[in-house]
Amino acid sequence: MSSTDPASARPAEQRRTALDAVHRALGATMTDFAGWDMPLRYGSERDEHLAVRTRAGLFDLSHMGEITVTGPQAAALLDFALVGNIGAVKAGRARYTMICRADGGILDDLIVYRLADTEFMVVANASNAQVVLDALVERAAGFDAEVRDDRDAYALLAVQGPESPGILASVTDADLDGLKYYAGLPGTVAGVPALIARTGYTGEDGFELFVRPEHAVELWQALTKAGEGVGLVPCGLSCRDTLRLEAGMPLYGHELNTSLTPFDAGLGRVVKFDKEGDFVGRAALEAAAERAASQPPRVLVGLVAEGRRVPRAGYAVVAGGDVIGEVTSGAPSPTLGKPLAMAYVDAAHAAPGTAGVGVDIRGSHEPYEVVPLPFYKRQK
Amino acid sequence: MSNPQQLRYSKEHEWLSVAEDGVSTVGITEHAANALGDVVFVQLPEVGDTVTAGETCGELESTKSVSELYAPVSGEIVEVNQDVVDDPALVNSAPFEGGWLFKVRTAGEQDDLLTADEYTAFTAG
Repeated sequence: MSSTDPASARPAEQRRTALDAVHRALGATMTDFAGWDMPLRYGSERDEHLAVRTRAGLFDLSHMGEITVTGPQAAALLDFALVGNIGAVKAGRARYTMICRADGGILDDLIVYRLADTEFMVVANASNAQVVLDALVERAAGFDAEVRDDRDAYALLAVQGPESPGILASVTDADLDGLKYYAGLPGTVAGVPALIARTGYTGEDGFELFVRPEHAVELWQALTKAGEGVGLVPCGLSCRDTLRLEAGMPLYGHELNTSLTPFDAGLGRVVKFDKEGDFVGRAALEAAAERAASQPPRVLVGLVAEGRRVPRAGYAVVAGGDVIGEVTSGAPSPTLGKPLAMAYVDAAHAAPGTAGVGVDIRGSHEPYEVVPLPFYKRQK
Repeated sequence: MSNPQQLRYSKEHEWLSVAEDGVSTVGITEHAANALGDVVFVQLPEVGDTVTAGETCGELESTKSVSELYAPVSGEIVEVNQDVVDDPALVNSAPFEGGWLFKVRTAGEQDDLLTADEYTAFTAG
């Protein structure tokens, strides 16, 4: 048996999070992720996945890149640098947005938290943190605003799943009922100062807790104890990937990359042309929007397997003997019990229920059903 | 984890029982099963197929990756484990027992296979 898993190739230097010793003590299988040595899974990734869907899971996401933007023109800078209308975000709220190149290509997808009128925290993907930081610093020229690299200032823990509000409520006085989805407020969790955000990447209700690295272990242990009675388990990046896939959430490097504009990715709604002033990529994105309206690009769709063979990123989507698209992410779904994939396919084959679509799995054409995304939506 | 003493092992992480009446049972080791993660699909050779030592004869698919299955010995397939085809998680839960993969009528000697102690040292290194 020989594995084709790229995780087995490890670079020489890896960064470790403040929770590294905790992961090792828990027996985690570690993997390289964007230069960080991160927990892939602690036991069975399927069990971790199902725990998040039905109870709660605890994640270390300290590899994510935090960038603080402050100053009188912080909002104006972000409106210029990003495609979203950041000036319209109220203090205490968060927004999903993107940073694009001048040619409209996606540099990264981001969550921007407005902590105060003149203070924002931009959270970038680990693999793009330096690229985003460099772009923001460059785009800040001429603005009365400061861009600060805060990657080392934060550890990030996430509690996700239906039991997460109860678990967090037992260790904080913060008003969680008043904390809406995509909002964040400063508070104290288990005696530790934290930015408490109701965000996540799992399709479940949950929280992300930004704390100083020296408090990470204490907070992890307090949350573990608080979740003991309701089945909270530590969760690795493997189940995080299947959770976000079921929830139809894009992953940079898979569904998003610099060769695609937000309109090509089916996420044109994040581009706000009606905001004040120019922004990086505006002209190219206006052209991309027109192109997408008149000549539909490939469409991001869901594929559900009829059999059990698993589609992987890069596999061809086929119909009638022709290649009509490409798989961007694929995995067996613990919730649905079938292999799933996200794929870009030609518009002519993108309608749910389109007949005759398959995936070329190492030479064999396996039948797949085209379905709308997401595959899974939690019951509220 | 311990590797049963009575088995022989390949460097591709298959185990092989010492042939009785010329037939050996083949599976993958606990070390390999742990490295793969949850196995969700197995493709095995068919009864009557001839397999060649060191060549691929199937595949094992887990959440994150697909791995090729190599024949640790040459011979003819005389039985495949339908239980593991129906429930691939057996590879993880009982790699040396209920998670066996196939039985092969061996055609040659298996001189280059490792003993349990040699395999334990191999995977520790």
